[in-house]
Amino acid sequence: MSSNILQASPYAHVGIGVNGIMLQVCFALIPATAFGFYLYGWPSIFLFAVTIISAVVTELLSLHWLKQPWYRILDGSALLTAWLIAMTLPPWAPWWIGVLGAFFAIAVGKQLYGGIGQNLFNPAMLARTALLITFPLQMTTWVLPAPFGTETALTFQQGLAITFFSADIPDALSGATPLGDLKTSLTLGVTASEFIATEFSYIQAILGFTPGSLAESSEILILLGAAFLLWRKIITWEIPVALLSTVVVLSGVMYIVDNTSYAEPLFHLSSGGIMLVAFFIATDPVTAPISRLGKVVFGAGCGLVIFIIRTWGGFPEAAAFAVLFMNGFTPLLDRYFRPRPYGRSAKGEPLPLPTQIELAREVNNLK
Amino acid sequence: MFKKFANWAKSRGGVHPIGHKEKSAESAIRPASLPDMLYIPLRQHAGASAIPIVNIGDKVAKGQLIAVAPTEVSAPVHASSSGTVKEITDIVAPHPSGHTAPAIVIKTDGEDRWFDAGKIEDPFKTPPLELADKVAQAGIVGMGGAIFPAAVKLKQGAKHEIKTVLVNGSECEPYLTCDDRLMREKAEHIITGARLVRYILQAYRVVIAIEDNKPEAIKAIQAAAAPFGSIEVHIVPAKYPMGSAKQLIQWVTGREVPAGARSTSVGTLVHNVGTIFAIYEALMLGRPLISRVVTVAGAAINDPGNVEARIGTPISHIIDECGGYSKPPEQIIMGGPMMGMPVISDNAPMIKGATGILAFSEEEMPSKNQSPCIRCTSCVKACPMGLLPLEMASRVNAEDFDSADDYGLKDCILCGACAYVCPSHIPLVQYFQFAKGKQAIAKDAKKKMEYTVNLSVAKQNRIEEEKAAKAAEKAAKKAARQKASQARKAKSKPAPTSAPESTKEESNEQ
Repeated sequence: MSSNILQASPYAHVGIGVNGIMLQVCFALIPATAFGFYLYGWPSIFLFAVTIISAVVTELLSLHWLKQPWYRILDGSALLTAWLIAMTLPPWAPWWIGVLGAFFAIAVGKQLYGGIGQNLFNPAMLARTALLITFPLQMTTWVLPAPFGTETALTFQQGLAITFFSADIPDALSGATPLGDLKTSLTLGVTASEFIATEFSYIQAILGFTPGSLAESSEILILLGAAFLLWRKIITWEIPVALLSTVVVLSGVMYIVDNTSYAEPLFHLSSGGIMLVAFFIATDPVTAPISRLGKVVFGAGCGLVIFIIRTWGGFPEAAAFAVLFMNGFTPLLDRYFRPRPYGRSAKGEPLPLPTQIELAREVNNLK
Repeated sequence: MFKKFANWAKSRGGVHPIGHKEKSAESAIRPASLPDMLYIPLRQHAGASAIPIVNIGDKVAKGQLIAVAPTEVSAPVHASSSGTVKEITDIVAPHPSGHTAPAIVIKTDGEDRWFDAGKIEDPFKTPPLELADKVAQAGIVGMGGAIFPAAVKLKQGAKHEIKTVLVNGSECEPYLTCDDRLMREKAEHIITGARLVRYILQAYRVVIAIEDNKPEAIKAIQAAAAPFGSIEVHIVPAKYPMGSAKQLIQWVTGREVPAGARSTSVGTLVHNVGTIFAIYEALMLGRPLISRVVTVAGAAINDPGNVEARIGTPISHIIDECGGYSKPPEQIIMGGPMMGMPVISDNAPMIKGATGILAFSEEEMPSKNQSPCIRCTSCVKACPMGLLPLEMASRVNAEDFDSADDYGLKDCILCGACAYVCPSHIPLVQYFQFAKGKQAIAKDAKKKMEYTVNLSVAKQNRIEEEKAAKAAEKAAKKAARQKASQARKAKSKPAPTSAPESTKEESNEQ
């Protein structure tokens, strides 16, 4: 026996490590991301690459400064964080948006809190919010899809110019997200139902052809990835179901009350980053509650905040704010919602002892 | 059907580790050859060490009592073959610390001669408590690894009304197949043993629970149980830790054992099939527990299988019975991989609770590269007790044991399901064992402290009492003297009747 350091039991392991989890989540994001690349062409690919590289460099520097072993980089968490940031950025944003976002997420959002597992807030959403507040113009410059193979598609050089040399975006290609559009239409006196009937196509929205962030607009591909994660048991149903059903119920009630100023539930589900947030971001284990009930409350809270800000707030989309807001409640939710231990009541008291008569009755029933 | 569904909904957590049972499950139990030396530890059970009753140089026969149990919650030890007592000394014991423990060393004479202890005429006509005593005398302990004296459970059970005797044949630990083989090969004896236990406890029914990954054991037990109406065979799903008493009781009866209570409180008594077989041998054949079936497996073993080995046989001797090592083992484990303990040397002997001897190669050992918790809650989902291992671990890390208790440490059964799934490879069980150890030390210290305080208070009281008594004596003498002088002074006057009373009052005041 070569080792002198004895390990306590168990001497068996399921075989999946932290990097296994992170890489599977990244794998689940591939379809939506690839579709984003197709829609928005070279600039989106450059922005994505810059964001990932910046995150990896930031992570390595942070580990060095914090005297952590360098191989922590291999856990894949920096890759996943950067991936999620890139997916939620405007696809033709300049390169430094990606660099700053990645740096903020990794250095401030994660390592300043003590590294992986210690952060209170979702690093990707923290970075996105910081960027939105600091650079509102760049963070809300949306473009119409210009897929590869179509006339509007950019060449490699044009792409480089957009991402790295702040070239002007052609006027013909600038657009607005449906959520932003709706907000503007409502102020112009167009009713919500008119807007949806004339300006909006569900098929296009669900497939992802509406203007939006780099890779969050295709609900169907996000759901595909989500199905994979649910199947691999990396995420559970509680948060997404609670989040989405809260949005559906709230928007449904408001729509029934007044369909001129409130959009119907399906519009909410098919717009913005709600699917990505519900399945990939709110489910981030580090910043979500532990217990099942806690997760339900957390998801419902996210849904509530999303709906409130989308409907009455100053921003067209609110998923990042909602997640950060509820992240703050996670420690509290963990404190009050705990699973019931075996042999104890929900309050933690031992279960009452059964009487002999009860037991006898049970045995007789079994026979 | 509905009941089964309800059970699925109720039964929580658990993991499905790879079985690795195929190799050892397929070959019949092999009797191990007689070793030259037997090293029989005096403590192979929960409770105090047994006390030797033989001297160096004594000749002993197989099955002869060589050490007695000092308390009720302890077990006697018997010679597992005939020979001469060579030494009574400390040996390398099967304990993770590598500490030594007292043992009786017997040089075997090769005759393997039985000690005639006599057997019971008809156990089913003997008073139950007498049978329970016989089980105690046979030194039988929980053979599933719990090593709690079996007779104590029987006697406790006899005090309660036991509805169900639950025979635990689920054997949920990976690699282990000793119970599986025992059920296949000794089904009838196990049934007789189960009937004996039922008779001792006067229980309503016997349920034999077997995991669905042992179809042949199920078949054998079903066939052997068929003639007896009150013996049911329950097929339970293969899932770790199904063999844990609490989880098995919940599965079979639908009831949870209340926290802090025993299985008997829900009318159930659980015994492992190995224990039941030992009870059969003790009561029907009059043989004490001197050998057991043990699974020898792991990638470092040439020919994995099940061996019936005498208690006290060196591990290396048993491994030789299975073709020896195929490569240098990275770690030897006694018990299963999920809850077993590391053994630092293969010179350590077999004990009553050893379900397996596993020699793991380097590739079989899990990674030791620990990384920070990412709160993925895999451990929460795996925990069969519904606890929060990640919260418990972070509290233990901060040495805040009370808070860890609050998050479930007090209910933890140390099954290791959490550490098995932890993607960060955090040695959660090590944390919890450490915490429980510290708690036990603190509890002991508190007890000691209370004892010391009680003693000093008692001393204080005693001193005061003595003082009071002395003072009273003095006062009494004084009074007597006064009385005497008064009597002398007033020679003719009669003594006042109130005098003794007033003295009494005075002494009382003091």
